[in-house]
Amino acid sequence: MAAETLLERITDYANRSDPYPLYAELREAGRVVRQEDGSYLVGTYHEISALLHDPRFSADPRNLTAPPEGAPKPPFLRLDDPEHHRLRTLAMRPFGPPHSPGRIDAMRGEITEVTDELLDGLRDRAQIDVVDDFAYPLPVTVICRLLGVPREDEPLFREWSNAIVASADVRPEDKDSIEQDRAGDQARIEMGQYLVNLAEQRRGHPTGDMLSAFVNEPDPAMLLTREELAETAVLLLIAGHETTVNLIANGVLTLLRRPDQLDRLRREPDLLPRAVEELLRYEPPVHMRERIPLADVEIAGTSIAKGTSTVLALASGNRDPKRFHEPDRFDPTRPDNEHLGFGSGIHLCYGAPLARVEAQAALGALIPHLGTAYLLQDPPPYRYAAMLRGPRHLPIEMQQPWPC
Amino acid sequence: MAGDRRDGRIVIVGASLAGLRAAEALREEGFTGSLTVVGDEPYPPYDRPPLSKQVLLGHVAADTTGLPMRRDPDADWRLGVRATGLDPVDKRVVLAEGESLPYDRLLVATGTRARPWPNPREAALDGVFTLRTRDDAAGLAERLAAGPQRVLVIGGGFTGSEIASACRERGLEVTVTERGPAPLVGALGGTLSKLAAAMHRNNGVDLRCGVTVTALRGDGNGRLTGADLSDGSRVEADVCVAALGAVRNVEWLAEAGLAAGPRGLACDAGCRAFDMYGIVTDDVFVAGDVSRFPHPLFEYQLLSLEHWGNAVAQAEVAAHNMVSAGPLRRPHLALPTFWSTQFGLNIKAVGVPTLSDHVVIAQGSLEERRVVMVYGYRGRVTAAVTVDMAKSLPYYQHLIETAAPFPPVPGAADRPIAAEIPVPSDVPDPKGLSHGPTVALTGHLPDRRLTVVQPTS
Amino acid sequence: MRIVVDLTRCQGYAQCVFLAPEVFQLHGEEGLLYSSAVPDDQLERVRQAAAACPVQAILLGEEVSARGR
Repeated sequence: MAAETLLERITDYANRSDPYPLYAELREAGRVVRQEDGSYLVGTYHEISALLHDPRFSADPRNLTAPPEGAPKPPFLRLDDPEHHRLRTLAMRPFGPPHSPGRIDAMRGEITEVTDELLDGLRDRAQIDVVDDFAYPLPVTVICRLLGVPREDEPLFREWSNAIVASADVRPEDKDSIEQDRAGDQARIEMGQYLVNLAEQRRGHPTGDMLSAFVNEPDPAMLLTREELAETAVLLLIAGHETTVNLIANGVLTLLRRPDQLDRLRREPDLLPRAVEELLRYEPPVHMRERIPLADVEIAGTSIAKGTSTVLALASGNRDPKRFHEPDRFDPTRPDNEHLGFGSGIHLCYGAPLARVEAQAALGALIPHLGTAYLLQDPPPYRYAAMLRGPRHLPIEMQQPWPC
Repeated sequence: MAGDRRDGRIVIVGASLAGLRAAEALREEGFTGSLTVVGDEPYPPYDRPPLSKQVLLGHVAADTTGLPMRRDPDADWRLGVRATGLDPVDKRVVLAEGESLPYDRLLVATGTRARPWPNPREAALDGVFTLRTRDDAAGLAERLAAGPQRVLVIGGGFTGSEIASACRERGLEVTVTERGPAPLVGALGGTLSKLAAAMHRNNGVDLRCGVTVTALRGDGNGRLTGADLSDGSRVEADVCVAALGAVRNVEWLAEAGLAAGPRGLACDAGCRAFDMYGIVTDDVFVAGDVSRFPHPLFEYQLLSLEHWGNAVAQAEVAAHNMVSAGPLRRPHLALPTFWSTQFGLNIKAVGVPTLSDHVVIAQGSLEERRVVMVYGYRGRVTAAVTVDMAKSLPYYQHLIETAAPFPPVPGAADRPIAAEIPVPSDVPDPKGLSHGPTVALTGHLPDRRLTVVQPTS
Repeated sequence: MRIVVDLTRCQGYAQCVFLAPEVFQLHGEEGLLYSSAVPDDQLERVRQAAAACPVQAILLGEEVSARGR
């Protein structure tokens, strides 16, 4: 059997529950590590950070030497400036500053309510699945309300979302991946159509959600085209519910593995914001991003040819001992925690503030009930994706009845 | 012995950002001796950048910008007390009321003050301001809130431009006069100064370049009524702010035999002050705007700058070196970094833009008001300035730190065609300007006064 | 409590504005303005903002007490 490349081993589902030893191996292998297929892997903090700020590195897959065939124009997540900036700015108008600075802050009460309702439903249960019963329904409900998507359509968009996430995953090229790309493209078209139709229903009848804001924008210079609206809305709906679920589930998993830290957070709830940041470092929902140099570029003594896929292992950078003291220790009081959990540079996660508010609400509400809980399966079963990594299920036993 | 350095008496003269951060860092470094901080203003350390922005906009009051402590430095704060002299032989700081403070090690962090309007009688007119202190800002903000007919800002540097921007945002009429060809030209050179001039005019500022104010006029009651300009015109204004740059607070060191002059107190890379003969002292340290320090990236010339980040970084190095034995000392190598927000634009600079012969637009465009300008000197990158593109700055900072070739290598997605064509940086001689750069290279000589020292009999 | 933001480090990610919009504001697309004095009812939000800052530029702490000792 041919020796597998690091990228193949990292993306191998068998290693999903603990990729961190492979990341350590990656960092040992060098700062920029060539894979057998010619692509590069970067796993050290300072190099990842530098590449995320390097204007010569493109996020656009159409700049690959062999770009995916017939791929449509990607959403702003995978576009470069100035087009990325234009679209992200338009998408930001109903979501955050400078145009809507208080939008997310104003949702805190609603997010707490949804959290409390979900917890209420678990009151008499001895066993719960943290993912299905809590970590998944919370962000889905929130992003549906924020965007203006009917919550009951979740089974519909879940299918599309799964296909899109699978096609966007980082993995070595093979015949399955071509099939997955095709299914992903089809799902993007259908999901985009579905969201544009929802938005169109609100033209002239705004209902306070983001889809309404997009189609009722009074300034013609600030309007998204139909295609841009489709791509943007698909991106926001997927990102809004495929990532925060991992952050919350990873949080519960980490705290149940570290009862001392769980106990500490129960006693010192003021630490929660920093604990969420530490989670984003220690068990980030997004493990990798791909970049492509627009010219031949030399990084840390290695020359990367124009158009070569360069995978940045953010989760590995977060565990780099050259940047973080005792990186494999979960420490909510860690000073100077400039993690890469949301990336860095111009593509820093658009929804980061919403994810933070949701994770703080979710963990803050759940932590008081976890005192006597324990994991029924450790490690838990993981979702397939390597890039968006998190448990598929997280069954736990709640020994003690809910306090009122 | 290293242990001894953690004890004894340390006096810090200057109770602003550098003084506070140095005091905290001394305790952080394990200093257990007595610590005294002397400040001539009656207030605990406060933050100055908001004074020309939030405070003038009326968002916050001038007395609310107190700086948070990283930790309580357990110091004796002597506030509202001016240091008037230094006896380096007897190791005493002389205070205004005659008392003197003995020290084992001294940190000079006296900063700068606003350069006043040169005619004292005119400067005393009611309505004439400078902007440096909390009291200055409180007085000016109060006057702006009262709705003056017109504000005259003399000097188109960063402070003058920020004042003009705040006035326009408040709906006030503003005239800015600048002796040079454009605002900010002394700090950023020709190309960006044209953008600055456009921002002034597009926002309704009456911008007059190439002129000076020859006189301020008052009415019979000593109230400002306007100004005469060198082109023969007259500006009617009831408020005037002289934004003519900063003066180093070194006068109290005049008899101390140190290398103190108009550009500041010269020190080595470890923040130790030089004496007037260029000999380094070992008990007098310097940090912040009052210092002049050598930088390896800029030909070891002594840098003189007025930057928030430098005050913080240099204070930490100075504090470390004050309590560390020789081989454990650290150099102050931080790259000059600066920001300004005006007319809705965020301008950030890294490096020394005035050490340049050419510039290129590396990313974005002037038309979009989103731009990265890279400065080169003799074929290497020496500075970068971003306008609303701060996330790009770390990349260019790295180019400066590694003395990368200029113009920078191509490949940026948003690199304009013009990036291939460096143009002259057009940094004029500051002598012909009403404003100066916030970072300047001041040569290699620790003390220019060496040439005028007279032997005493 | 007081805050100060190291605007030398700030890159305009605006996470603080999302999380504590009454204390932090954008001035234009990228410039940051803020109130140094934090009202008690904003303290929890400011703690979140300080924790969330991607470049860890926000310092929250007590002011030096006015009269010294």
